[in-house]
Amino acid sequence: MTKKHKAIALISGGLDSLLAVRVLQEQGIEVEGINFYTGFCVEGHTHAIRNHDKDKQKRNNALWAAEQLGIKLHIVDVIEEYKDVLLNPKHGYGANMNPCLDCKVFMVSKAVEWVKENRKDGFDFIITGEVIGQRPMSQRKETMPIISEESGADDILLRPLCAKNLPATKPELEGWVDREKLYDFSGRNRKPQMALAEKFGFKDYASPAGGCCFLTDKNYSAKLVDLWEGRGSREYEMDDIMLLKVGRHLRPKPEFKLIIARDAGESKYLEGYRKQFVTIQVVSHNGPLTIIDGDITSDDYELAAGIVARYGQGRDAEQVEIEISVPGQEKLTMTTKPLSIDEVLEDWHV
Amino acid sequence: MSTHELDARRMLCPMPVIKTQNKIKELADGDILDVICTDPGALSDIPAWARINGHEVVGHRENDDELIISVRVSR
Ligand code: SF4
Repeated sequence: MTKKHKAIALISGGLDSLLAVRVLQEQGIEVEGINFYTGFCVEGHTHAIRNHDKDKQKRNNALWAAEQLGIKLHIVDVIEEYKDVLLNPKHGYGANMNPCLDCKVFMVSKAVEWVKENRKDGFDFIITGEVIGQRPMSQRKETMPIISEESGADDILLRPLCAKNLPATKPELEGWVDREKLYDFSGRNRKPQMALAEKFGFKDYASPAGGCCFLTDKNYSAKLVDLWEGRGSREYEMDDIMLLKVGRHLRPKPEFKLIIARDAGESKYLEGYRKQFVTIQVVSHNGPLTIIDGDITSDDYELAAGIVARYGQGRDAEQVEIEISVPGQEKLTMTTKPLSIDEVLEDWHV
Repeated sequence: MSTHELDARRMLCPMPVIKTQNKIKELADGDILDVICTDPGALSDIPAWARINGHEVVGHRENDDELIISVRVSR
């Protein structure tokens, strides 16, 4: 009996990584999963915020995938390190703010690091669910060797779903895995993956349309760019990333924007930010909690209050009472007339 | 065997899971970790994480808006 070989698999939670792992398990390879949390992942957080999402399935797909596969999953917080990937991608961005190629290189390099740090666990190689031609930016025939080289993984990076279209890697050359039993998927057609999923009996798997993170989303990217422009610097903290997913964002002036909760769930979530931000709320009527991101002076309170009032139940009232609270100061109340629908300009909406 | 507490209030998933995972690395077999969180998503994610990695969720209780999930460490 030869030694059982071990692989660490990048798990996004999508179908491809699920299949890649199962293909190797079928060959008797022992697999563990690793999942990187950049802060932008579609997984998790927003699901808990909005009211109407409460009933939606709240599973984390990476955890779900690991459970289906019966493998351990290590989730790694890479929020800080990821900033440099997003801010300075050597290979540029995709259709939106998604630096997919650099992101892949980064993640594989983190997996390489993991293998080294956990040498006692004896991982022999790394696998991903990449498929040639699947994604226009990061998954092309030319990008596969770039990822292998720049990540430092070189020939210990195996892509079971398209291995047959690529030069043989060490696990294949050494006979740890049988190349013949790997696949040659390519292109955007998902049918072969779906057929394989069927064969393995996987159901209810996640198939995100755009990609694995919010950076492929047009609206989200626009908000991120707006945030950087508003601040005059391309920096962000975890709270910023979260807040871009919550509420309606309106920027009536370059110096500040309003984040207006869209329902009670979001209001409650924004409550948690009261100590950090100026908040505005209608008190004479029901209305959403709003936080102000940026620098607002008292000259603009009237404007901001009018906008906030527009989104509360008192929108048609002559006057509403508003409470403004600035962290560390006494609360301020004022009455204001809600702006009319036409007064809330289209291009304020981020 | 001892009981430990982890404050994961205001963190959104998967952060409570990551913090739980990292904390449990330091704990011994049989120890109990009470994770205090506010994201209801943790109620499905922490048990899923525990199942996968061989630990056991021995109970959970709710306190106002807080959720306390108790995990027993298994080595
Ligand atoms: S979609 Fe997001 S997480 Fe996925 S490769 Fe692109 S940048 Fe990375």
